[in-house]
Amino acid sequence: MTDTIQVGSYTLKSRLLVGTGKYRDLDETGRAIEASGADVVTMAVRRTNLGQHPNEPNLLDVISPDCYTLLPNTAGCHTADDAVRTCRLARELLDGHSLVKLEVISKSRTLYPDVVETLSAARTLVGDGFEVMVYTSDDPLIAIEFEAIGCVAVMPLGAPIGSGLGLQNPYNIREILDQLKVPVIVDAGVGTASDATVAMELGCEGVLMNTAIAEAKDPVKMARAMRLAIESGRLAYEAGRMPRKRYADASSPEIGLIG
Amino acid sequence: MQISVNGEIQQIEPQSLESYLFNKSLLGRRIAVERNGDIVPKSQFSDVILEDGDVLEIVHAIGGG
Repeated sequence: MTDTIQVGSYTLKSRLLVGTGKYRDLDETGRAIEASGADVVTMAVRRTNLGQHPNEPNLLDVISPDCYTLLPNTAGCHTADDAVRTCRLARELLDGHSLVKLEVISKSRTLYPDVVETLSAARTLVGDGFEVMVYTSDDPLIAIEFEAIGCVAVMPLGAPIGSGLGLQNPYNIREILDQLKVPVIVDAGVGTASDATVAMELGCEGVLMNTAIAEAKDPVKMARAMRLAIESGRLAYEAGRMPRKRYADASSPEIGLIG
Repeated sequence: MQISVNGEIQQIEPQSLESYLFNKSLLGRRIAVERNGDIVPKSQFSDVILEDGDVLEIVHAIGGG
C-alpha cells in the first residue's frame, strides 16, 4: 500500500509527524522516532553553547537529515520578526532546506497562536521562498487566509500545546477540511492514540504530535501505538463509516429462527 | 574590540569569523550564524572579518515540537 501526502514539493510517506522535544535523552528520541515510522520530524533552533561543551551530542547526529524530512519550528517566537529570523537561520543550518513549521505563540498560559503575528510572518516567508506549514487556531476564516497567502499546509490545534486534551472542536476542524485544498494537519493537543484516530477519521491529512509520545511512560511503545492509530484512522476515513442510527439494527438474520 | 555573541559581550582581537568559530570549537559543527541581522553562509565564514560592535547569533538544532 503506497499512501503518501504531498506537502508543497515534499512527498511524505507517513501521516504521523513527530516532535523531538521533552525526551529523556537523544537515545530515547531516536528510538521513539524510529518506532513512530514518521517521515517528518520537527526540531527547534536555539543559541549554541560557545565551546563550553564541545562534545555535546547534536540532535542532527541522531535524527539525520539524510533519513528524515526535518521540519524546523519557530517555537518560542512571539513576534513575526523573530519567527522570520529563526526560519532563515534554520534554512542555513539545513543547507537550503526550505520547509518550515511557522508558529508564533502568545505568552499566555494557553500558548495560543498569535494569528496576527503569524499571518505577517507567513506573508514574509512565502515571499522569501519558504514552504510554510503553519500552526494556527481552529478558526476556519484564518485557515482560509493562510491558504490564500500560499502556505503549503495549515495546522490547526486540536487543543493547547502539551495539554493532551484531544480534539476540542471537531466541528471547526471539519469545516476547515471542507474549505481548504492544501493538507490540513492537526498539530498539538493529542493525548493518546484514540485522539489521533479521531483526527484522521475526520479526514485530516495527518497529525503532528510531540508530548503525547515523549511524556508517555514508555515513549517507544506509545510511538508505535500512534503509528497504528494514524493508519487505522486513515483507513476508517477512506472506508467510510456506517451511518449513525438512533435504534438497534440486528446483525443476525430475523428469518430461519428455530421454534 | 567588543562584540556580542548570543547576547554575551566578549572582548576579542580582530579576526575572521572563521577563526573565531575555530577558537570556540564550533567550526565544522552543524551551526548557522547571523551577523547584525543577516545570515552569513558557511562558504563566507573566512571572508567575514569581525568588526567592533558586531552582533552575532550562533544557533544549532535541538529537540522541539
